[in-house]
Amino acid sequence: MRDVAVIGVGETQFGELWDSSFRDLGIEAGLKAIQDAKVVAEEIDAVYVGNMSAGKFIDQEHVSALVADYAGLADMHLPTVRVEGGGACGAIALLQARMAIASGMCDIVVVGGAEKMTDVGEVQAAEILSSTADQEWESVFGATFAGLYAMMARRHMYEFGTTREQLAAVAVKNHKNGALNPVAQFQKEITIETVLQSPWVAEPLGVFDCAPLSDGAAAVVLCAMEKARRYTETPIRIAGSGQASDFLALHDRRELTTMDATVVAGKRAFAEAKVEPKDIQVAEVHDNFTISEILAIEDLRFVEKGKGGPATAEGLTALNGKISVNTSGGLKARGQPVGATGVAQAIEIVRQLRGQAGKRQVVGARRGLTHTLGGTGATAVVHVFERAD
Amino acid sequence: MSAGIVTYGGYIPRFRIRPREIGAVWGADGEAMGRGLNIKAKSVPGPDEDVITISVEAARAAMARVDLDPADIGAIYVGSESHPYAVKPTATVVAEAIGAAPVMTAADFEFACKAGTAAIQTCMGLTLSKMYKYGMAIGSDTSQGAPGDALEYSASAGGAAFVVGTDRLIATIDHTVSYTTDTPDFWRREGQRYPSHGGRFTGEPAYFKHVGSCAQLLFKRAGTTAEDYDYAVFHQPNGKFPVRVGKQLGFKDSQMDTGLLVRDIGNTYSGAILVGLCAILDEADPGDRIFAMGYGSGAGSDGFDLTVTDEIRKIRRDGRTIKDMVKDAVFLDYATYAKYRGKIAMREAAA
Amino acid sequence: MAIPRFWREIPSRYNLIGTKCGNCGQVDFPPREVCPECGRRSIGNMERFRLKGTGKVVTYAVIHDAPAQFEMQKPYVLAIIETDEGVRLTSQVIDVAPEDVRIDMRVQAVFRKLGQEGRAGVIHYGYKFRPVTSEERGGAASAPRAT
Repeated sequence: MRDVAVIGVGETQFGELWDSSFRDLGIEAGLKAIQDAKVVAEEIDAVYVGNMSAGKFIDQEHVSALVADYAGLADMHLPTVRVEGGGACGAIALLQARMAIASGMCDIVVVGGAEKMTDVGEVQAAEILSSTADQEWESVFGATFAGLYAMMARRHMYEFGTTREQLAAVAVKNHKNGALNPVAQFQKEITIETVLQSPWVAEPLGVFDCAPLSDGAAAVVLCAMEKARRYTETPIRIAGSGQASDFLALHDRRELTTMDATVVAGKRAFAEAKVEPKDIQVAEVHDNFTISEILAIEDLRFVEKGKGGPATAEGLTALNGKISVNTSGGLKARGQPVGATGVAQAIEIVRQLRGQAGKRQVVGARRGLTHTLGGTGATAVVHVFERAD
Repeated sequence: MSAGIVTYGGYIPRFRIRPREIGAVWGADGEAMGRGLNIKAKSVPGPDEDVITISVEAARAAMARVDLDPADIGAIYVGSESHPYAVKPTATVVAEAIGAAPVMTAADFEFACKAGTAAIQTCMGLTLSKMYKYGMAIGSDTSQGAPGDALEYSASAGGAAFVVGTDRLIATIDHTVSYTTDTPDFWRREGQRYPSHGGRFTGEPAYFKHVGSCAQLLFKRAGTTAEDYDYAVFHQPNGKFPVRVGKQLGFKDSQMDTGLLVRDIGNTYSGAILVGLCAILDEADPGDRIFAMGYGSGAGSDGFDLTVTDEIRKIRRDGRTIKDMVKDAVFLDYATYAKYRGKIAMREAAA
Repeated sequence: MAIPRFWREIPSRYNLIGTKCGNCGQVDFPPREVCPECGRRSIGNMERFRLKGTGKVVTYAVIHDAPAQFEMQKPYVLAIIETDEGVRLTSQVIDVAPEDVRIDMRVQAVFRKLGQEGRAGVIHYGYKFRPVTSEERGGAASAPRAT
């Protein structure tokens, strides 16, 4: 199996982008990535698109063909694949594209993720997000997506004494990082008080414990490592990948305070990359809710189970702390156009490892990690990246 | 051979509203209305309750007392004037929810507040004729009074279920008699949200005439007077009518007290007399004789003469009693009551 | 929700019908064709099994931002309940103030409206849970009886 590297990245602004349609977003990110990679259309072998729910948000299925078409690639008749896996779809698309190159079937693949969430009202958007939960046995009974994560938070508070202040510390940190990120949806710092006083969404989670609804797209160009240096001096190698699934419904999971899918995906990625959690300097984890980041840093073994709250409050995961988590601002501040998330996280890690993260730069970053979730943890994908030199 | 009651179960929603809350909104002296009606509070169904859920809870409460194979219930009839569907019977949902479906018959009944007692008589016929081993009769309502109308102070929610058969009887129905005329005292036209009524016409020519006449027929049929009974329960549109007619017939407060729930929960319409009967059966002893006289506007009365048997000691009467349900009360203000009762015009849901 | 989709699940939604693995005895709800413990050894060996409806709260959240069809009830309590058979499921806890809900609280299943397809559409019914009252701890309750 061949090594695969990222040779180009590109993304749109993330936020409420009223003037941009889904098509506009997908194309913008893809074209930026292709330019960054300095490849030409004829060199692209395939296009993978991560998108959770264009069918419900904009009544459009078959978006893989759509994106290639509007990028001007239609008459190249490339294979195009739309990947769905709840919030993890962008990260799964990245893994699928990596496998296409690693197998030798492709040399250069463009992987994008895009979601247009604001063409429907907020109540409907929240319901669409909830469709990655178990419709028959969770949603029908009144479970909202935030409600399911809130139940994990409450159990974590019960078992480990995690406090609302510690959850809030996740949001405060990520907003602080987001303020340094020009493409982030929110570029304003917030305080613990703001988070604690925000209206309830699903107790114990309030508005500021939840990532926003966002429009946006992100794309990377992957290339076989053996050819990567024709295009860039800083190819970033995908050193290890892991993907895992779990019971769909939260109530069927083995533990409510551990996401087994994250644990297994992490172990698989670390094993392939031949590294330990301590070898990672920067990580983008799936903070769709503040509790999710706490669970992620525990389940990826950056901190001990139960200690995620205190670790965050003490600054362990701050920019240039023991491990810098969500330097982009995370889903919370950077935004979460669902399909784009996994790819956007990869872009942040690539920038960090290239030394191009500006004010958010993690000093001496050599290895980075992305962690992306689908649903309430029924899917998890972890990628480990490292500088190729 | 007699037909009678094999088991019983009731359900009263927890929410209540007091007359003074209602009066305050409509510029009336609610306390005085309450005193006039002898009603201290009425029950209010929660936003996730309706006649179907109340009927199921009552039916399950009945089935929980005895070891009865639901497949032996050959018929289920639910009487109500507030079925959630005008077409699609409440009885079929009850049938599925107690495991009696599919080899059985079912239908919904309407006869204002006596739809449940009519269902009992039907089940008596079916089981005495040996068409079916057991039948289930339910009376249950979430009736509404028009905002500001006198009925708003009393129209409430509740229901009771009875399994009727000819063996394992906890109470035999030794006599039943009915009295029915075309009397337009209270009605609701198809498509109308709230019922209408004839004011004072609902008294003497309606309630009192039918209850009184039917009671005399029952006394004659059974060869009894009021003194022969340990308990008496009447349809109870308010806390005054049943007491007045009861006294007229020679009953004492001590006989009527147990079944007179309207004072605490209002008029549960098709449920009223049946929930009252449940309260009596919660405490009755073998040998007790019960006089039950229902009434439904439109108009008619169904009367029953019951005798409690030794079998009542064999069924499970621990657990939640009607008294417990009456006491389990959460009081609402008018705004929350109006919200729960759908009296506020809501936007149509987008999907 | 489409009519057949809801109708199909009535036995489980009304009567808590799940399955018991004939191989290892594990109870699952809703029904499964394949036991998660036994895998293919369980195929063809899964029996219909009805839950008693009693259990305890494992965790809960109070939902304030609700989908349109739960407008009337918010804020409402969403919980994961562990039944006495060891099965976990997701449902609402009702007949209690949200601030009085506790982890490990004993609850039992009741029959309530889950929602409806608009004012002219089909009404959906199913299970919710309420705290077990002190009167009930010893006696006959209105939970569906195991058959």
